[in-house]
This record gives sequence, structure tokens and C-alpha cells, in this order.
Amino acid sequence: MEKFITKENLNRLAAELAATCRVLAPVADCGTVTFRRFQPGMVMDLHSRMAAVSPKAATFPQTETLLVVKREIPEKKPEIIETLPEGKNVVIGCRPCGARGKLIFDPVYETDKIKDPYYLQRRKNTVFISLACDRPETTCFCHSVGSGPADPSGSDVLLTLVGEGYVARSVTPEGEEIMKMALFADAGDKGKEADAKNAKAREMMGEAHDYASAPAKLLARFDDMDFWLAQSAKCISCGACTYMCPTCYCFNITDDDLGLSSQRIRTWDNCMSHTFTLEGSGHNPRSTKAHRLKNRVGHKFSYYPDLHKGVIACCGCGRCIKQCPAGVDIRQIVNAAQEYAE
Amino acid sequence: MNANPYLPDMATIVEVIQETHNIKTFRIVLNNEQRMKDFTFRPGQVGQLSVFGVGESTFVINSSPTRKDYLQFSVMRVGEVTTRLHQLQPGDQIGVRAPLGNSFPLEDLKGKNIVFVGGGIGMAPLRTLFTYMLDNRKDYKDITLLYGARSPADLTYKAELPEWTSRKDVNTVLTIDNPSEGWEHKVGLIPNVLLEINPKPKNTVAITCGPPIMIKFTLQALKKLGFEDQNIITTLEKRMKCGVGICGRCNIGTKYVCIDGPVFTYAQLKELPSEL
Ligand SMILES: Cc1cc2nc3c(=O)[nH]c(=O)nc-3n(C[C@H](O)[C@H](O)[C@H](O)COP(=O)(O)OP(=O)(O)OC[C@H]3O[C@@H](n4cnc5c(N)ncnc54)[C@H](O)[C@@H]3O)c2cc1C
Ligand code: SF4
Ligand code: SF4
Ligand code: FES
Repeated sequence: MEKFITKENLNRLAAELAATCRVLAPVADCGTVTFRRFQPGMVMDLHSRMAAVSPKAATFPQTETLLVVKREIPEKKPEIIETLPEGKNVVIGCRPCGARGKLIFDPVYETDKIKDPYYLQRRKNTVFISLACDRPETTCFCHSVGSGPADPSGSDVLLTLVGEGYVARSVTPEGEEIMKMALFADAGDKGKEADAKNAKAREMMGEAHDYASAPAKLLARFDDMDFWLAQSAKCISCGACTYMCPTCYCFNITDDDLGLSSQRIRTWDNCMSHTFTLEGSGHNPRSTKAHRLKNRVGHKFSYYPDLHKGVIACCGCGRCIKQCPAGVDIRQIVNAAQEYAE
Repeated sequence: MNANPYLPDMATIVEVIQETHNIKTFRIVLNNEQRMKDFTFRPGQVGQLSVFGVGESTFVINSSPTRKDYLQFSVMRVGEVTTRLHQLQPGDQIGVRAPLGNSFPLEDLKGKNIVFVGGGIGMAPLRTLFTYMLDNRKDYKDITLLYGARSPADLTYKAELPEWTSRKDVNTVLTIDNPSEGWEHKVGLIPNVLLEINPKPKNTVAITCGPPIMIKFTLQALKKLGFEDQNIITTLEKRMKCGVGICGRCNIGTKYVCIDGPVFTYAQLKELPSEL
């Protein structure tokens, strides 16, 4: 389905959906753009720049309660309550790369043997209305990881800015359902204009880099700690790269004691931290930041692709490059491994 | 396991055994009788024990699947969860998620000579397989158990040692690091005693678990004795959280210790990137 929606109507759409769903939308906040729960009256900032954080919180919240355990002290019989997520979510105005992050989660969070019911429930109940990029940034490299600035995969509706509104294209039945709302008008022949804009954006990105040799080349450098020391020299182990990343899916599980009850919660975790793999004996298999950066880059460009049909676990959004306070660039690291002369 | 892999079964502690100054053994029974009856696992598999309000930690199930009255775990006190576990008494409630992980290759071990080499708390996973083999004794040829600890007081499963050392159908050798009054067994580091016992590698599988430094020298000793990499089995201990291959905590390259392990042959370990 192809339709057209004006800028004002997109804001109205957010307000209408917010009546029944949890709507996440990019808003300007303290000099940056971030996803916030949309309330009527709020102004979305869709165009000034890509949101600093990814929209992954819609399907994978930074903190979520997995279980509540009620303890009746006299009887000593605790009762466990599963707290599966309820309600529907809509993300409006994320970029295609942000919507694609969950495609990297999918084969990990649902296998033949194991299903993560919390993730799967949110996944099923979240609709992504993405906006195709018309001005790729210098940190963007989605075109090199099998995607592009107007990639519909991962989205339910894809918007392309045309004049004072957006050409909307449905990608899934859920997206089509939303596009039946009266706020969407006939697209006329604006579709052609949208195609031209999308093609121009892709052209602006230039030639794609070929990562095909990355999995083997990174593995070949595994024991070369001099290489990893050099690559990680600037890193200060802050973890910003992992928290901003739409495809970083690692988590911690901890308990929160509330007296007569407790909660088991899961939170985003950060493999760049020393404690991530620290063992009781004091032994740490990833004792330096060089080991940890090696694992982060290795996981995305080598181990994950080896396990999952060659798919690179990075959607090329460039967030880790932009947000890194030390200027670590994941592209340069993979390139250096690929170009390494044995 | 429940359909929700994060949902523990409630269990009651039925017995607590003080093994050493910092190791206790817990015997537990699932509260749901049917689930307890249906509970099956293979030697080597682990479980996550929960103390609600404190957290969850990984321990190997060290009772044999052939003895179904309870599930047994031995816990060394090292941090938050293990300290709180040590405070629990019979009748107290804990959560269990089990069984998790892979297991010893039982089928491949049939008809073989077996040499167990255990150090300290590393005896726990070996105990599971050892008692399983005692209960299916005819399926295996010669069985040797070499079990060492720093001192007599550091040996776990003391209640069972008399049986293990007196049985005629297994060769049990105990050792401690330094001489101690009244000690009637060997004195010496595990790898040295292993060389002394001198097990023949032909048709033999060695299974070892213990502290990293002991494993390192035991592997060297086994190589010196002529054991091939695929006939040496060990279990790895990595930090784990989810236990089901999702949380990303326990990987070594493409392998996840929680689902691809914890049991690996030395040949498999050599294939992995060197990040132990
Ligand atoms: C497959 C497997 C089987 C295990 N079997 C047993 C067993 O049978 N008996 C036993 O006593 N222990 C076993 N362990 C180790 C046990 O899981 C940890 O000692 C325990 O989780 C520590 O929990 P804690 O809350 O007391 O420690 P924390 O308070 O969380 O931490 C204390 C210290 O222990 C470290 N630590 C936390 N988790 C682990 C871990 N999984 N491995 C190593 N160090 C850790 C922390 O980094 C910290 O330095 C096993 C671990 C694994 C992965
Ligand atoms: S690794 Fe960096 S560029 Fe790739 S998806 Fe994550 S944040 Fe974006
Ligand atoms: S954002 Fe940069 S400095 Fe911070 S952990 Fe990541 S690579 Fe290191
Ligand atoms: S413990 Fe979570 S992936 Fe292994």
C-alpha cells in the first residue's frame, strides 16, 4: 500500500496512537535527539539528525522486570509471578538501521530450543514506522552491511520525505492496518519522487565496502594482541558504544530486594566493562580493554556471521563511531584486520 | 525447564552438608511432585540456583541421574549468592532452573577405562559421572579416581570417601599437598601423583576438573602419559547469566559455554580461540 501523509498529520498520528499504545518518537532534548514516550503536544524532531540512542528499547528495554517473587515469611513459601510485557508499542520516525537492529536479535532470542517470551511478546506488539534517510552522515555505512538508507526490512511502514509530507509505504500487514487511518491520503504520483529521493540518498553514500573477508580475517588476528592493543589504545572502556548500539543484545540479570517481595530484573549489559567476565578466582579471560574490544568487534563481524548465515551483526548506523568519546571507529578496525598483510 | 526459560521451579532444601570450611552440599527436592518425578538430566549438566532477592548462580548437578530422591549441588562460598546460600537451612525455599548445558559423552565412554582427576570443588562434576558409573559398573572397564585437595580438611564428600576407597571395583587414590598427621593416603600435587599412578592411555578416557592451574599441569601430565587430545575431557567454568545462549556473557568466539559446554574435549578446546 502506498499513501501520503502531511507533516501535521504525522504528528496527529502520533497523538492518536498514543491514546492506545506506547509511542516512542525522536525529540530534541538538551542538544541531542533521543527517543521519548510521545505525549500529545510534543514536537517530534525527525530531521535535524539521527537520534543518539537507537530505538531498541521498544523491543528490549534498558531495564525490565522478568519475575516478581512474593515471600510470606511465616509460611516461607514464595510465589513467583511472571511479568510478561503487556500493551502495544509504536516507534515513529526511527531510521531504517534502528528498525533493523531487532533482526539481529531474532535468531538469538528465538531458536528451536529456546524462546525468550519477554522479547518475543514485545517484538510481536511493536510497530516501526521508519523514515528513509535523505542525508546520510559520514559515519553511516548501512550500504556496506547489506542494507541502505531506504531499506524497508525491519520496518512496518517506510516514510520518504517528499515536499511537506511523506510518501508512506506499508511493509507488513500491521503497517498496512495503520495506514488505513484517515490521516493518510492518496499518494497520487508522489511515489516516483520518493523513489528518486531514495536513489539519490543511496548514491550519496558512494561505493559499499566489502566485508566478506572480515569473519576469517578477524579470527586470524585473534592471538595478535599487538594488533588489538593498537586498535584499542584510545578506548576508555566507557561502554557508550554498547548502550547506543541497536544490535548489542547482551544483558545482565539481577535481583532487587523489596522486603516482602523481590524482583528479578534484566538490564542492558556492557561487554566493554572489566567485570563482564571477571571470575571468582580473580581470573578474567578478557582482562584488558584490548581483549574486550576484540570481542565486541569479533562478535559483530566474525562470530555472529559464522553462526547466522553470514549476516553481520551491525546495521551500519555509525552510532558507536559518533558517540565514542575517544574516536574509536569500528570500520577502521575491521578494515585494518581485512587489510592486514600476513 | 519451563517454557519461560527464566522461570525457576520452586524447591525445598532437604539436607545441608558442611563439606569444608567454605563448601556446603545442598540436597533439594522440587516442590511440584510430578516435575520432580519427571526430572531427567545427564551427568555434566548444570543448574541455576536462586536465592530470591539476592540472585542466581550456576552450579553443576552432582547427584547421579540414577539416584532420584533429590538433586545435589555443592557450593563454594565466594560472593553474594553463594554466601546467602550458605546461610540456608533444611526447609528453606530456593529456585532452580535445570538442567542446562551439554553433558559428558556417556555413549562414547562405554567399554572404556576411565581415569578421573579431580581437584578441590572440581570434584563436583566428576562426582556425578563417577556415581553414575558405579551404578552402571558393568558398562565400563577399569575405573580410577584420583582426587586431591590442599589438606584433609579441604576434601569434599568425606562421607563417601570410605566407600570409594574400599570398593574393589574402582581404584581410588586420594592425595593432599603437604603431609598431615593421621593421613594414610598419598601426599603430593595431583599431576605428580597422576604420573606415579601411570595410567595407560590405550582405550582410556581421562576426565578432569579443578582449579585452572591444576588443569594446566594435569593436561601436561596426561600428554606425557600419551593421552590423545580427544580422550581428555574437562569442564569449563565461565561466568554465566541466562544459561540458555541469549545473554551473550559466556562466549569463547562462536561457542557459548552455557549451551555448547560446559563439557569439552581437549581437542575441542584447542579448536577454540585462546580465551580461557
Ligand atoms: C558451568 C559452571 C558450573 C559451576 N559449578 C559450580 C559448582 O558446582 N560449585 C561451585 O561452588 N561453583 C560452581 N560454579 C561457579 C559459581 O557459579 C560461582 O562461584 C558463583 O556464581 C558465584 O556467585 P556469587 O553470587 O556468590 O558471586 P558474586 O558475588 O557474583 O561474585 C563473587 C566473585 O565471583 C565471580 N563470579 C561470579 N560468577 C562466576 C562464575 N560463574 N564463575 C566464576 N566466577 C564467578 C565474580 O566475578 C566475583 O569476582 C560453576 C560455574 C559455572 C559457569
Ligand atoms: S556496531 Fe556501531 S555502527 Fe554497528 S549497529 Fe552498533 S552502533 Fe551502529
Ligand atoms: S564508546 Fe569508545 S571509548 Fe567507550 S567503550 Fe566504546 S570504543 Fe571504548
Ligand atoms: S550464560 Fe547467557 S549466553 Fe551463556
